[in-house]
Amino acid sequence: MERAGIQRMALGKAVNAGLRAAMERDPRVLLMGEDIGKLGGVFRVTDGLQKDFGEDRVLDTPLAEAGIVGTALGMSLRGYRPVCEIQFNGFVYPAFNQIVTQLAKMRARTRGRLTVPVVIRMPSGGGIGSVEHHSESPEVLFAHTAGLRVVAPSSAHDAYWMIQQAIACADPVLFLEPERRYWEKGDVDVDLAPGEVAPLHRARVLRTGTDATLVAYGPTVRLALDAAAAAAEDGSDLEVVDLRSISPLDVDTVAESVRRTGRLVVVHEAPTFHGPGAELAARIQERCFYSLEAPVQRVGGFHVPFPAARFEDHYLPDVDRVLDAVEAALAA
Amino acid sequence: MTDGAVSPTTSGAPTMVQLLDADGVRHEHPEHHADLEPDELLGLLRDLVLLRRFDSEAEALQRTGELGLWVGTRGQEASQIGAARAVRDQDHLFPTYRDHGATLTREVDPLHILSIYRGIDHGGWDPVAHGVHPYTLVIAAQLLPAVGYAMGVQRDGAMGTGDPARDTAVLAYLGDGATSQGEASEALGWAAVYNAPVVFFCQNNQWAISEPVERQARVPLHRRAEGHGMPGVMVDGNDVLAVLSVVRSALDRARAGGGPTFVEAWTYRMGAHTTSDDPTRYRDAVEVEQWREKDPVERLRTYLRAEGVLDDDFEEQLAAESEALAERIRAGVRGMTDPDPVGMFDHAYAEPHAQVEEERDAFLAAWAQHEQDLEQSPAGGGR
Ligand SMILES: Cc1ncc(C[n+]2csc(CCOP(=O)(O)OP(=O)(O)O)c2C)c(N)n1
Ligand SMILES: [Mg+2]
Repeated sequence: MERAGIQRMALGKAVNAGLRAAMERDPRVLLMGEDIGKLGGVFRVTDGLQKDFGEDRVLDTPLAEAGIVGTALGMSLRGYRPVCEIQFNGFVYPAFNQIVTQLAKMRARTRGRLTVPVVIRMPSGGGIGSVEHHSESPEVLFAHTAGLRVVAPSSAHDAYWMIQQAIACADPVLFLEPERRYWEKGDVDVDLAPGEVAPLHRARVLRTGTDATLVAYGPTVRLALDAAAAAAEDGSDLEVVDLRSISPLDVDTVAESVRRTGRLVVVHEAPTFHGPGAELAARIQERCFYSLEAPVQRVGGFHVPFPAARFEDHYLPDVDRVLDAVEAALAA
Repeated sequence: MTDGAVSPTTSGAPTMVQLLDADGVRHEHPEHHADLEPDELLGLLRDLVLLRRFDSEAEALQRTGELGLWVGTRGQEASQIGAARAVRDQDHLFPTYRDHGATLTREVDPLHILSIYRGIDHGGWDPVAHGVHPYTLVIAAQLLPAVGYAMGVQRDGAMGTGDPARDTAVLAYLGDGATSQGEASEALGWAAVYNAPVVFFCQNNQWAISEPVERQARVPLHRRAEGHGMPGVMVDGNDVLAVLSVVRSALDRARAGGGPTFVEAWTYRMGAHTTSDDPTRYRDAVEVEQWREKDPVERLRTYLRAEGVLDDDFEEQLAAESEALAERIRAGVRGMTDPDPVGMFDHAYAEPHAQVEEERDAFLAAWAQHEQDLEQSPAGGGR
């Protein structure tokens, strides 16, 4: 049955709606980034916001990412809640110094006297056939930096709510938007009461199953669901968990699932080498070693620079690679 | 907000070096003369026309899906050709993703350029053989390496010897937007401190995607140079003679050991930022029309006609050459095959890396298995 509060929208549009809601609620929320004003961002995520909130709250900044994040930090010291847009994942590095040495450590440095509630949004992952630096998954660089939170919505509903939660969060949050899913539509329940919204860092079981647990986040959640549907045709019953947050990790939800299924396959676009799957595998074998029927399998990018567009289908995990990993887990 | 500041869009004009105005009328300049022989002048026209044709053909190939993306040069031909024709063989260029005039004049195969935008390759050509670094897509990230290259030239003693075949300079390209990056400031500072033989060639095409140059600076861009300790020169970027002359003397100065120069070429991006962009969202058609009047190609053509240097025969030959180039590009791009995917594992490291090798082997094994599965299921579905 359709509820009044349910709106169907694309994931990119849901981020836009979430930003708008946050800006309406709190006048201290402001947006900073390259081409986010008149153009509305290269993915149009900030479309119409400068028109409605003005140039003081939606800033088309000079072309300098260190500038965006560094000044955002400074404004947060005056009580503002800046939301920075990095135009593409591969262009965050000029800001890396500010993110790692200032933003991440300010609270610890001042023994909690300063909080720097800055959000850094960026399109993440590949799959749109783009040129170099537009398709990377840099989440572990941030997850490995204490002081930062790292989250990755996979659906329009989560995009809408998680961006608002990220803005409300007292810590700096890296908000990774799955760029190849920007146009995917989903139902967003915009009428939830605060207590009804899932906590920002809680993983979610999207499909229950008994044979193996597939864990994904961001762009690979849709892939995991597709793989589970394909496996069902072959008679395997897979559970799918959307991690939603990379730092902190909701190990409880995954462990609870693995205790039931005995098998874990982690799927992400980031390289597996020193990747998020490695951390999860380690935590799961610590927690549920005796429930595991098979070694944890990982499917992800390779330890090579993200290749030119015509290779990306070979680089990115696909249903076949996920099912190969599932097969390996089930065979053990 | 603008108190006391000068606008970067207007105030430089009186000091701008111009030898050929928008109507193709030649003007004298106290320092810059560009006394060129007729065949050199015709050579420049040829370069401009071929670059324009290359660009429009590439754009058309993007529209038909043969290229994933195209970054256009329309309107900036005189800047790109003037600067590139000022270099010597031994010089080294550090272009951005837009500087096809730089690559084409260095005899890079046009198909190598297009292979990048087709998504086959990140680099394209041999940088050492052509004296052109790969295109840099990260704004301003080529500038410090360009300065470092120039510092290497210095240490090799390939500067200030007076030997025209030996003395070497570096030409580092950047856009107006790029001047805002911290690394751009660092590069200017380093070049000045070490007196490195480098010329910064900034094409101020008035826009960084949707942001006008006022978003980047409150003084004319070339005036930033002085604060870093080097001369800043502004040149009419739609005047190929002026650009050639200004960049040539800056490179000569660098090669002689006189230090770096910052050149701001005043030009305009006539097309979209890239084929993914929609400029109607942020700029006025009137502005574009005004710049159309200043077209760099027509201006040279008018001048050369008036001088009696250019005749119908040359125009016909050039038209035929453009057509042949377009034909070669079309056929070449359509005929491009995707390289073997396992090639993505090949060059990440110069020396063996255990995990890359392991991943490569696993990739090949999965590939072979997949082929076998396909063979065994005559329905062709595999999974
Ligand atoms: C570090 C970095 N940030 C953002 C981008 C995205 N981007 C690509 S081109 C561009 C504008 C560049 O403007 P300008 O320097 O004037 O060069 P133009 O494209 O006009 O030649 C931007 C913001 C990038 N490539 N690199
Ligand atoms: Mg520009």
